[in-house]
Amino acid sequence: QIFINNEWHDSVSGKKFAVFNPATEEKICEVEEGDKADVDKAVKAARKAFELGSTWRTMDASERGRLLNKLADLVERDCQILATMESINGGKLFSTAYLMDLNASIKTLRYCAGWADKIQGRTVPMDGNFFTFTRHEPIGVCGQIIPWNFPLIMFVWKIAAALCCGNTVVVKPAEQTPLTALYMGSLIKEAGFPPGVVNIVPGFGPTAGAAISYHMDIDKVAFTGSTEVGKLIKEAAGKSNLKRVTLELGGKSPNIIFADADLDAAVEFAHVGVFYHQGQCCIAGSRIFVEEPIYDEFVRRSIERAKKYTLGNPLMPGVQQGPQIDKEQFNKILDLIESGKKEGAKLECGGGRWGNKGYFIQPTVFSDVKDDMRIAKEEIFGPVQQIMKFKTIDEVIKRANNTTYGLAAAVFTKDVDKALTFAAALQAGTVWVNCYNAVSPQCAFGGFKMSGNGREMGEYGLHEYTEVKTVTIKIPQKNS
Amino acid sequence: MAALNGAVENGQPDKKVPPLPRPLRSLEVKYTKIFINNEWHESTSGKKFPTYNPSTLEKICDIEEGDKPDVDIAVEAAKAAFQRGSLWRQMDAPSRGRLLHKLADLLERDRVILATLETMDTGKPFLQAYFIDLEGCIKTLRYYAGWADKIQGRTIPVDENFVCFTRHEPMGVCGAITPWNFPLLMLVWKMAPALCCGNTLVIKPAEQTPLTSLYIGSLIKEVGFPPGVVNIVPGYGPTAGAAISTHDSIDKIAFTGSTKVGKLIKEAASKSNLKRVTLELGGKNPCIVCADADLDLAVECAHQGVFFNQGQCCTAASRVFVEEQIYPEFVKRSVEFAKKRLVGDPFDARTEQGPQIDQKQFDKILELIESGKKEGAKLECGGLAIEDRGLFIKPTVFSEVTDNMRIAKEEIFGPVQPIMKFKSIEEVIRRANSTEYGLTAAVFTKNLDRALTLASALQSGTVWINCYNALYAQAPFGGFKMSGNGRELGEYALAEYTEVKTVTIKLSQKSP
Repeated sequence: QIFINNEWHDSVSGKKFAVFNPATEEKICEVEEGDKADVDKAVKAARKAFELGSTWRTMDASERGRLLNKLADLVERDCQILATMESINGGKLFSTAYLMDLNASIKTLRYCAGWADKIQGRTVPMDGNFFTFTRHEPIGVCGQIIPWNFPLIMFVWKIAAALCCGNTVVVKPAEQTPLTALYMGSLIKEAGFPPGVVNIVPGFGPTAGAAISYHMDIDKVAFTGSTEVGKLIKEAAGKSNLKRVTLELGGKSPNIIFADADLDAAVEFAHVGVFYHQGQCCIAGSRIFVEEPIYDEFVRRSIERAKKYTLGNPLMPGVQQGPQIDKEQFNKILDLIESGKKEGAKLECGGGRWGNKGYFIQPTVFSDVKDDMRIAKEEIFGPVQQIMKFKTIDEVIKRANNTTYGLAAAVFTKDVDKALTFAAALQAGTVWVNCYNAVSPQCAFGGFKMSGNGREMGEYGLHEYTEVKTVTIKIPQKNS
Repeated sequence: MAALNGAVENGQPDKKVPPLPRPLRSLEVKYTKIFINNEWHESTSGKKFPTYNPSTLEKICDIEEGDKPDVDIAVEAAKAAFQRGSLWRQMDAPSRGRLLHKLADLLERDRVILATLETMDTGKPFLQAYFIDLEGCIKTLRYYAGWADKIQGRTIPVDENFVCFTRHEPMGVCGAITPWNFPLLMLVWKMAPALCCGNTLVIKPAEQTPLTSLYIGSLIKEVGFPPGVVNIVPGYGPTAGAAISTHDSIDKIAFTGSTKVGKLIKEAASKSNLKRVTLELGGKNPCIVCADADLDLAVECAHQGVFFNQGQCCTAASRVFVEEQIYPEFVKRSVEFAKKRLVGDPFDARTEQGPQIDQKQFDKILELIESGKKEGAKLECGGLAIEDRGLFIKPTVFSEVTDNMRIAKEEIFGPVQPIMKFKSIEEVIRRANSTEYGLTAAVFTKNLDRALTLASALQSGTVWINCYNALYAQAPFGGFKMSGNGRELGEYALAEYTEVKTVTIKLSQKSP
């Protein structure tokens, strides 16, 4: 059901929508479908919880942190339930959900819990006879729209930062994957967050999502999802009330492998970098540039690696790849694979559906990929690896940056100069040197260019959830 | 006073008040030895020293007495734990934080035990030990647990073809010498930031009050800090303390205690290996009450401000300046408060004031009280010991105090409140600042200009406006002038426990 004011509600319209298991294509259950009317209710509750003098506004910052830590304790307690739910609903390998998603969620909650009473303003030596200081206030009611690829982690990334800074939130989880978000609602209530601080409205993008991005009483919207939808959200924010916007969007991240790299490590990182979670990562290393001298060997080893997979029900141990999230994604990926074949890339392995139930796609490797092919330009979001060849540093820098995306990038080399040159030259929010997917709550994460606006996590993430107020007091005489 | 979590049920705040905690009546003291490498050791010399209950004057137990050889062993252990590649150096920062959180959890679990031990050892009222000392310890540990993975360096845009960034590294082996007035709390104020930044520690708790510090050794082991990260060597100042301040392998020393000893420590640090020094020393803190103040609030705050913890606070409001117009009324109400103050068995839930810590302090306080009488201050109430009651002193109020009297200049560290009169703001600023101390100050006024003028004019590390003793882990604390060097608590403490390294890498071509 819909979670508002720490209570469970039916949708105003009475409508429900179905939630599916992508491994079996069977319905798991039905969920109340929120729309504009429900978003309005949620915003009202969030606004009330944010009023001056409310329990949440008058709570010690350290206590906010204590609540986040308590929430982490509860997630830890129920990690098996949550991991199972995430696996069934998201098609995610259970072992991955348990070891990575749950772990990351707990760590993020604890990280942000620690920041709560460290949101510090400054005193400012202004000209004139004034005493001036800044307050880093919470922005207010934050709308947060969560994607389906890492439902729980993305939910936690958003609420942890928002709550630690003192905001209240209205969260719309992806329609494909609302279950863990709603379960979190019950833990949030159990942890003791005051009613109205966190509200969760499951529903669809064009209805509930749009209601959030156009809402005149929401102060900020945070969205993780496709670049295409991200643009719509920012437009809506501009057209409505100039709400602040942070966006974490798509990527077509370059992974650059030099001849002097540790080849085994590079192959493994490049593999996991693109195949992790069935390729459904915004940071997927989906353009692999390999220096000419080692190209053939790299391709050979990558194919070997890709062929080692066992596909199946993500709840079963021993399974290494689960299904894609839904039919729409499934079809899009197969379409892009076909384009690869048609446009002349060399299909090394895989290339089609696996099995006849569930949205499974064979791990696929393309070599001899050219930059103008669709598979080299468009975000695939599936288990498809593109391997291209390069000759020189300047060439590969140009090619790597030749995209409207800019989320992440990696370079594999033992040479210090090369490593640091790329660290500076690559237009990406995160640059990995000799590793991939190293993401952690301490590090700021976000996109250059059209991969996003703003940053999540790290100290930088706090800036996105605070509004700075300067207080200036006239005094008879200033002394420094 | 226990923290509420802000939870609201059905729109109403939770009305149930939890029952008051009770002390453990026959508590056996389990930890009396030297703690090195997560193990309990006897002293190298074989010597022990007694620790007493100042309330009953009975010996509680004997403690292993550490001296230079024991400090040396502890430093070796701390150094080994700090080696490159050690468990502690390789540990992820958030895991250090997690350990601090778990330590806080264990303090919460053993809160009654620790509060009982603290009361036995210091004479402070049990409920205060439980609700103030232990609360502060738990919150400070959790505060610094949160900082562990946020010790952030910077990248720096330097001239020419370089990539430059800073690392905020732990300093190394830190010596910590802690006082007897808030034994556990003052230890946590040092331990938490030191550990959060990745240092290792050699701690010498005050010889009067080693019990809670040694108990926390057992918790540190239980939580899982690697051996050698925290080492605790009970002993005396001139022996174990001096061994720490002159040690060539200790990288930093933090001390809370008297200004007199603080100076010795700083001198020892300079003469030995230039170890970094932070000091939290004494105070003679002005409490300024203006005529437009909320009088009830000012009287109560000034009262608690000077009498809290038997007057044994570096933050004691031991010079109360009251604006002329309200002076007689202020004195009258303060005397009423002082007369009502319940002095007695610190384990009794009604007791507000326990005994002084030992004979030496007791004698010093009575001597200063006598000087007050001799030098012409007006004794309003109290002024002597409670007969047949060991180290208990009656809450004492002096009025008509003038700035040149000893009770107006020297730190008393006892239940004695000197109240003086002032006419103008300029005058009181001058008089308040006219001391080599500068730890805290308070101002009671409703007038904004006056409040902010005084806030800026008073030479104190902390200025309280319309409150007193508002001390929290988030806000930096420390002294101007001879009240100390450096700051504890808040983000600022991190700077005292890190050593900044700049890394500069040459490139063949400039990177913007």
